[in-house]
Amino acid sequence: MDPAWSLPKGHVQPITNMVKKFEDDAKRILLAHGSGGKLSHQLIKSFVKKFRNLPLAKLDDSAVLKFKGKLAFTTDSYVVDPIYFPGGDIGKLAVNGTVNDLAMVGARPLYLSASAIIEEGFSLNELEGIVDSMNRAARAAGVKIVAGDTKVVGKGGADKVFINTSGIGLVDSGVDISSKNARLGDKIILSGTIGDHGIAILNAREGFDFRTKVKSDCQPLNGMVSEILKVSKNVHVLRDPTRGGLATSLNEIAKQSGVGIEIEEEKIPVKEEVKAVCEMLGFDPLYIANEGKLVAFVPQKDCAKILNAIKKNKQGKDAQIIGAVVSRHKGRVVVKTSVGGERVLDMLTGEQLPRIC
Amino acid sequence: MKFVDEFRDRTIAERIIKKIERFDSLKVNLMEVCGTHTMVIFKQGLKGMLPKNVNLLSGPGCPVCVTSQEDIDKAIELARDRRMIITTFGDMVRVPGTNSSLEKEKANGADVRIIYSPSEALRIARENPDKKVVFLAIGFETTSPLIAASVMDAQKEKIDNFFIFSTHKLIPPAMEALSKSKELNIEGFICPGHVSVTIGSDAYRFIAQKYNVPCVIGGFEALDVLQSIYMLLRQIKENRAEVEIEYFRAVHPQGNIIAQQLISEVFEVTDVRWRGLGIIPRSGLRLRKKFYDYDAEREFQPKVKKGKENPDCACGQVLRGVKKPTQCKLYKRICTPENPYGPCMVSSEGTCAAYYKYG
Repeated sequence: MDPAWSLPKGHVQPITNMVKKFEDDAKRILLAHGSGGKLSHQLIKSFVKKFRNLPLAKLDDSAVLKFKGKLAFTTDSYVVDPIYFPGGDIGKLAVNGTVNDLAMVGARPLYLSASAIIEEGFSLNELEGIVDSMNRAARAAGVKIVAGDTKVVGKGGADKVFINTSGIGLVDSGVDISSKNARLGDKIILSGTIGDHGIAILNAREGFDFRTKVKSDCQPLNGMVSEILKVSKNVHVLRDPTRGGLATSLNEIAKQSGVGIEIEEEKIPVKEEVKAVCEMLGFDPLYIANEGKLVAFVPQKDCAKILNAIKKNKQGKDAQIIGAVVSRHKGRVVVKTSVGGERVLDMLTGEQLPRIC
Repeated sequence: MKFVDEFRDRTIAERIIKKIERFDSLKVNLMEVCGTHTMVIFKQGLKGMLPKNVNLLSGPGCPVCVTSQEDIDKAIELARDRRMIITTFGDMVRVPGTNSSLEKEKANGADVRIIYSPSEALRIARENPDKKVVFLAIGFETTSPLIAASVMDAQKEKIDNFFIFSTHKLIPPAMEALSKSKELNIEGFICPGHVSVTIGSDAYRFIAQKYNVPCVIGGFEALDVLQSIYMLLRQIKENRAEVEIEYFRAVHPQGNIIAQQLISEVFEVTDVRWRGLGIIPRSGLRLRKKFYDYDAEREFQPKVKKGKENPDCACGQVLRGVKKPTQCKLYKRICTPENPYGPCMVSSEGTCAAYYKYG
């Protein structure tokens, strides 16, 4: 039996929670944090300290960078809801998303800008957590965040925090990767399981209570791409199937390259938990978003060594050859179903899940 | 995946197809009544695997699709009332009414929320005592027990701001109407699996006996559908018309008695209008008198003009299996999943959506 003087367990928690809440309230984003005045400077300084790099530390209006060669340049905005999800958060996603967009044209990502639109009242602690996460992700991917901005909007003007990142990378000579480059006979390699990110987000939302441990696959792919390019520069197409999933990416490639694509359902790796949630809700994993997978279109002769290079990478251990470019049905994607039938795989129509990235 | 992959096995599928091919002298029209079956047939590419003598017709078993224009207009009218929170299953939101849709009303500021279970609607009612929460109760015998339970819960908890707008429908009367129809020649029904879990196989016996149409209750995986087709062909060949259960891992001849009791406790049978099929006697469910307080239609009396369907839209004929979507003037040219003209293009179980997506 518990001694008479001890508080029942349930009581201790709320008191510490209350103190914590009080402290948290004192640390919230105010409109003044976006005024350009003192608070703005404090906030920006704290970020600069974290990201620590020369071009940023100068605090000039622009970062000045030196380059030699072909540049790749991209931008993306991140509005994921919830901002923290199993396997990542909006900060990690904002860095990896842009890093991956650069990697998908074969570029070595070098520099990123980051810009946040923050809702008044957002917790400073949480913001700091997100900035730390961006910092970690940037280090992991080997890129520098050299420019940034923050704006604060009134309560309800935005939902917690939105982040935009832009990125610059260098494309080595001899590398020509584009969605227009798929050729007849190309093999299609998928680097791992699909649907993890979308299902992790769905699961983190209110109203769903699937007890799965599915984590977002949010991860940088530039390491894998550089391994691929080391063994062969003969890569025709790279694509990371984010919004709209694998189905949408393959359709875009089929249309842009003017080729027919055939894939085998059985060969596509899908985690059991992801399959189960999809079955229950009537989703098709082929349409669910990913944030750390790529499809590569490569000539048959280089296929084995490229697959090997991908598999050696820990992010690519489940990689599979899932199909090929064929001469029939130009501009369309056809799936051979596991039961032995065939169906056309169309682009995603409508919104399957809003705000997944 | 356990209990899924086993039912998509290629070698077993090939074996069943071989057995089906033995009936090559029979030229038959079979109808899959349920929209989920239609989806499986398309998604797994089963049509291409079947011999040409087996013609599959898609039936009216898509709840969104068969909801009448008038009922959709009434739901839209309810949503315009700012006291309301409209809760609904997802597909209903995009169905075009005569002049608007719930999606458009939502953009105009109506509070329309997509939910996955009627118990969520009840929770919303509990949390918003100053609002009237209306649940659009569409569906067949699959969803009606759940909704009946939520109405009983509301009564037990004395929640007085929860209402349902019942457009519930019953499958066997619709199948009877199709069996009687002169324009169709249905020689076998693949009966809906989930509806049958509730109502049991006995509920279809009158169709097999009176109209001499074989029925097989099929599950929702590829092998289930193939096996059901084989069982129908076997009945036709042997000149039998019976109700057989292929989906015996879930369906019992008597069905789920508790679910049936729930339905009849809360609802009574009434005549209702189906899109494409017109008024079918005793084919719908309305709340019993003791639950009138939960009847949105009685409480708010949404006034609508006689619902007008787009005259070029062939959803009606598609639902009866008389036309294929490709024979509709609007299909793919004007009517697409992004810009649907009829409900069969909206619903994830709609025949037009299936043709469009996988055709």
